[in-house]
Amino acid sequence: MKPPLFEYLRPNTLEEAIAARSAHDYSAVLAGGQSLIPTMNFRIANPTVLIDISRIESLKNLSVEDDQIIIGAMVRQRAVELNNSIYKANPLVRETLEHVAHVPIRSRGTVVGSLAHADAAAELPALLIASGGSVVVQSASGSRIVEANSLFKFHMTTTLSHDEIITEVRIPSLKSDSGWAFQEFTRRHGDYAIAGVAVILNLASTGECTSISLAACGIAQRAVRLEESETLLKGTSLDVNSIKDAALAAKDLVTTADDTHASNEFRRHVLATLLQRAIIQAKSRAGKGW
Amino acid sequence: MSSTSVSMTVNGQKVSKTVPARTLLVTFLREHLGLTGTHIGCDTSQCGACNVHVDDKCVKSCTMLAAQADGTSIKTIEGVAKDGELHPMQLAFKQNHALQCGFCTPGMVMTAIDFAKNHQNPDEQEIRNHLEGNFCRCTGYHNIVKAISDGTKAMHNK
Repeated sequence: MKPPLFEYLRPNTLEEAIAARSAHDYSAVLAGGQSLIPTMNFRIANPTVLIDISRIESLKNLSVEDDQIIIGAMVRQRAVELNNSIYKANPLVRETLEHVAHVPIRSRGTVVGSLAHADAAAELPALLIASGGSVVVQSASGSRIVEANSLFKFHMTTTLSHDEIITEVRIPSLKSDSGWAFQEFTRRHGDYAIAGVAVILNLASTGECTSISLAACGIAQRAVRLEESETLLKGTSLDVNSIKDAALAAKDLVTTADDTHASNEFRRHVLATLLQRAIIQAKSRAGKGW
Repeated sequence: MSSTSVSMTVNGQKVSKTVPARTLLVTFLREHLGLTGTHIGCDTSQCGACNVHVDDKCVKSCTMLAAQADGTSIKTIEGVAKDGELHPMQLAFKQNHALQCGFCTPGMVMTAIDFAKNHQNPDEQEIRNHLEGNFCRCTGYHNIVKAISDGTKAMHNK
C-alpha cells in the first residue's frame, strides 16, 4: 500500500515551514508520521504537499518551565515518557503515554502530532483536556495560544486553520499533593481506546475533594471534559456513592454509535466503570507524592 | 511525480538514490535495495513484520517515508548476523523453535534486539508487554518469549 502522490518539502526553519503552509491550501505537517502516514496509506488523507518539520531544531525543546511542561512539535512520545523531569512535574503524562500504541510507534510519533491528528479515541487529547493544557500555534499572521477545550473539533479535525502549525504543547505541572490516574479499555494492547479516562484531583486535609478534572476519549466525536461529573464530585469526600453517581452521570456523553468493537450501550457501561476505578485510584494517590 | 534524493547508511553501507517522494522506507529497502528480509504485513503499523532499527531505535518501516530516513543509519535483519555467525538473538530463536512459518520472525528479532539492549534481566511479563506490537499467527508466542529471554541473557553475557 502506498500513500497518494504528494510534493515533499523539508524546511530547515520554522519560518520556511510557515511560508509553505501559507502557500498551499491543502498541505499536511509531517512530524513523526505515525498517524498521518497510515491515514494516507488508507487514502483517508490526501494532502497535496507534505511539510516535514523534522529538521527544525527550534521544535525539539522539551523542558519544565514555570510549573508547566513544554513539549516542542518534534519531540517524540518515547522521549517524553522516559524523561524523569517530566514525570516529576506531572506523572499523568507518562501514565497516559504508556497507553499510546507500542514502543516502536512511540519512538517515532510525537506528542504534538497526536494532538494535531485529533483522533477521537486517542489518549493524548484527553490528557491535555484533563490537565488544562494548551498549544502554541503559529502562522504568517503571528502566534496564538489555543486552550485544550477549544482545540478539538471532531474526529481527526482540530479548530486550526490550514495555514497554521502547532509549535509546542504546554501541560501544567501537578500540585505535589494531587492524585492522578489514566485508565482505558481496549480490545488489544496498544489500540485506540474503546473508552479512556484521565483524572486529576486534589483533597483537603479533611478528605474533601477541593478540585477535580475529568476527561474521556473514545466515547464521542472528540475527547470531552466530563463537567457534570466534576460538579457532582467537588465538595464530596469521594465516597463510593458519590463516585458512582458521578460516573453514571457521564454515561449520557457517550455518543459513539455502535461499531464492530462495541455497542453504544457497552461503551456507556465501560466509561462508567473506568471512571469509578480511575477516581478511586487517583484518590488513593492524592497527598502521597510520587 | 515528485521525487526526492535520499542518502542513508544501510547495514553499514552508504546508499544514495532518487525515489518517488511517496516511497515508504519498507518499499525502499525491499524494492530499491533488494533487502527482502524486512516484511510487509499489515501496512498500518499494527503487526511489526516491517520493524527495522533507525539510528538504533526499533521502528515500523511501513509508516515512515524513505525521505524521513535521509541521513540516518538503518539496520535490517540482513545486517544482524556477523561473519556468517548468527546473532545471539537469532540463535536463541533457532534453539527455542521460536518460529513456524517465519513471516513475523525478522520483525520479532529486530524488536527483541532493541528490547534486550535496554533490559538486563527481563521477566516474562516485560517481554510479553514489549511484544504487543508484533503479531505471530503460528506459534502462540510461548517459544518466542523463551527465545527473547535466552537471547537477552546471551547478549549480556557474551
